[in-house]
Amino acid sequence: MNYFVIVDVTLREGIADPEGATIERALPALGFSGVSDVKAGKSFRMSIDAESEEAALAKASALAERLLSNPVIEDAAARLGEKASS
Amino acid sequence: MNRVGVVVFPGSNCEYDAVLAMETLGTTAELVWHSVTDLSGYDGIILPGGFAHGDYLRPGALARFSPVMDAVRSFANDGGPVLGICNGFQVLTEAGLLPGALQKNIGLTFLCQPTTLVVTSQRSVLTSGAQIDQELVVPINHFSGSYTCDDETYQGLRDNDQIVLRYKSNPNGSRDDIAGIANERGNVVGLMPHPERAMSTLLGSADGRVLLESFVAAHVAA
Repeated sequence: MNYFVIVDVTLREGIADPEGATIERALPALGFSGVSDVKAGKSFRMSIDAESEEAALAKASALAERLLSNPVIEDAAARLGEKASS
Repeated sequence: MNRVGVVVFPGSNCEYDAVLAMETLGTTAELVWHSVTDLSGYDGIILPGGFAHGDYLRPGALARFSPVMDAVRSFANDGGPVLGICNGFQVLTEAGLLPGALQKNIGLTFLCQPTTLVVTSQRSVLTSGAQIDQELVVPINHFSGSYTCDDETYQGLRDNDQIVLRYKSNPNGSRDDIAGIANERGNVVGLMPHPERAMSTLLGSADGRVLLESFVAAHVAA
């Protein structure tokens, strides 16, 4: 089977997020009030051939741990997603 | 030190500065392409500044998988002097040869300016010839130079005297003003500032010399 997987990479709790902080500071000037806890991160999308959902997610988690994220400062989470029709 | 290898990744751009600095100090330096897997014959290795593999994903994230990095790891484990400058520092942290990580600068500003560094440890191949509290003017040139690590790692760095250089005035948000660190053994050092660009008063500062002279004087541990 082929599974569409999304990996979200976010900064670990307690690690400074200058990008998120800068975005948050910019929002009031654009008229968006009441927005807090803005965090910047990355998301990666991929199709994975695997026996099962679990196997696909396990593979995504493994490659996220090895390459997509730096475990010193980032967390990675894999989830199944819907491929946008092209 | 007779022969220094300066590793060139696709996207490195300070390799010639590093070679020139080594030659200025009377040693031989050669460029080493990142696909090389044998570093025997070199007495020291420099990972220069630049944007290895385009800095895609994260600075150093792809460079750490370049074939040469296994050889760099072996070289370091054998006690060989390894110096990572700027992007080279980022590569060393991603490769796990130095602890912690370099994050985007506070304020998200690319910084290109002279900075004053303070020598805080002589227990490394880069600072053995400098004096504690000695101030050195050395330029920085980076976007991701904010050193970060967890509390346990930080305590380890302090306990083992691994913080070798600090900024006098913190430009980028680095934890505890850290500009450069060494591994426990002191033979692997990474720093964000560019000592190879501070080799001549005519060009602003010659304060990088004392650091690189220490590196050149370092011997491969028996």
